[in-house]
Amino acid sequence: MEKLEHPLWIVQLVNALLGPLVRRAGEAIGYHFTGHDVIPAYMVMVLLIVVFITALCVFVRSRLSVENPGTLQIILEDGLGAVRGLLDEWIGPKGHEFLPLVATLGLFILLGNYMGLIPGLVSPTSSINVTLGCAITTWVYYHYQGIRAQGIVGYIKHFWAPPGAPMWIGVVYFPIEIISHAARVMSLSLRLFGNIFGEELVILVLFSLVPFLVPLPMMLLGLVTGLLQAFIFMLLSIIYLQGAVAVEHHEDEHGHDAPSGRQAPVAA
Amino acid sequence: MVIAGASASVFAQQAPSTVPAAAYPDMVRWSIITAGFALGIGAGLAALGQGRAVAAAAEGIARNPGAAGDIRGVLLLGLVLIESLAIYVFVISLILLFLQPFGS
Repeated sequence: MEKLEHPLWIVQLVNALLGPLVRRAGEAIGYHFTGHDVIPAYMVMVLLIVVFITALCVFVRSRLSVENPGTLQIILEDGLGAVRGLLDEWIGPKGHEFLPLVATLGLFILLGNYMGLIPGLVSPTSSINVTLGCAITTWVYYHYQGIRAQGIVGYIKHFWAPPGAPMWIGVVYFPIEIISHAARVMSLSLRLFGNIFGEELVILVLFSLVPFLVPLPMMLLGLVTGLLQAFIFMLLSIIYLQGAVAVEHHEDEHGHDAPSGRQAPVAA
Repeated sequence: MVIAGASASVFAQQAPSTVPAAAYPDMVRWSIITAGFALGIGAGLAALGQGRAVAAAAEGIARNPGAAGDIRGVLLLGLVLIESLAIYVFVISLILLFLQPFGS
């Protein structure tokens, strides 16, 4: 397959408008753009998502109302409530400070996955650059939150040995933990990239074989897997945050043991 | 995948006259065959694992319909994690097929 990408009119438009500006800004710091597109397609799509979410939120915010909410407001509130419920279930009350990053990741990846199904657009998450960016952001964020919650010494200590294990076990446990944490970046990014890029590739192949009705089932499947992948990325971020932030208290005066965040989920 | 199979036969036809000027001329052909096999084995084994997960989940729901919500959550998480192993194999196959790191 010679060409896996073909020029999209919206990418050409943005490059025509902003391309020379970006090129000159790049050359001012000594970076020369190679290739024919100064702003790659996935960057244009990411900017589109940002503009869309901003416009949507500004619009809903101008019509916020407590006793007579519009449909959009109800949808957004339900979504936010669902993410808050997930955070509560896995991390507990401390989880609410992670709501901005987690919910933004979920919304961004959801919109990114669905954009590929719209003719004239391409999923930004079908490029490893975008998914790696999301994965590295999550990785740095949960390590930062872990260090903030437990202090750097305490945080490294819990890499050395799981709580309640003898200290010498760290010689074996530390490399395993390092490898497993490094693998998290790879797994997060590759899972999302492989799913979305593979789905687009299959739709492309089906289009080049029988363009008429045959790609539709694959696009329906794309709706399902897009939602699932966004949800899983968000859920895994929450689980990694819980692993980093869960502070092990020793027995406090009430005789309660370490408060774990994973409570039995409240029957909905 | 159809196109990959067709391109493999194109390589075979080219063998006597114009071998692709690769560092190891045979490696491109072998890597494409490997990619096909790897994907088949990877997807098949992942499907086996997912089948066991779904079977266990269905039995759990049948035994305890009240826990259906929890079981569904665990099932989805498990399925996606198993799926991601097949996705890793898929990415390696994509690299071998389209980026052809052993070609010139």
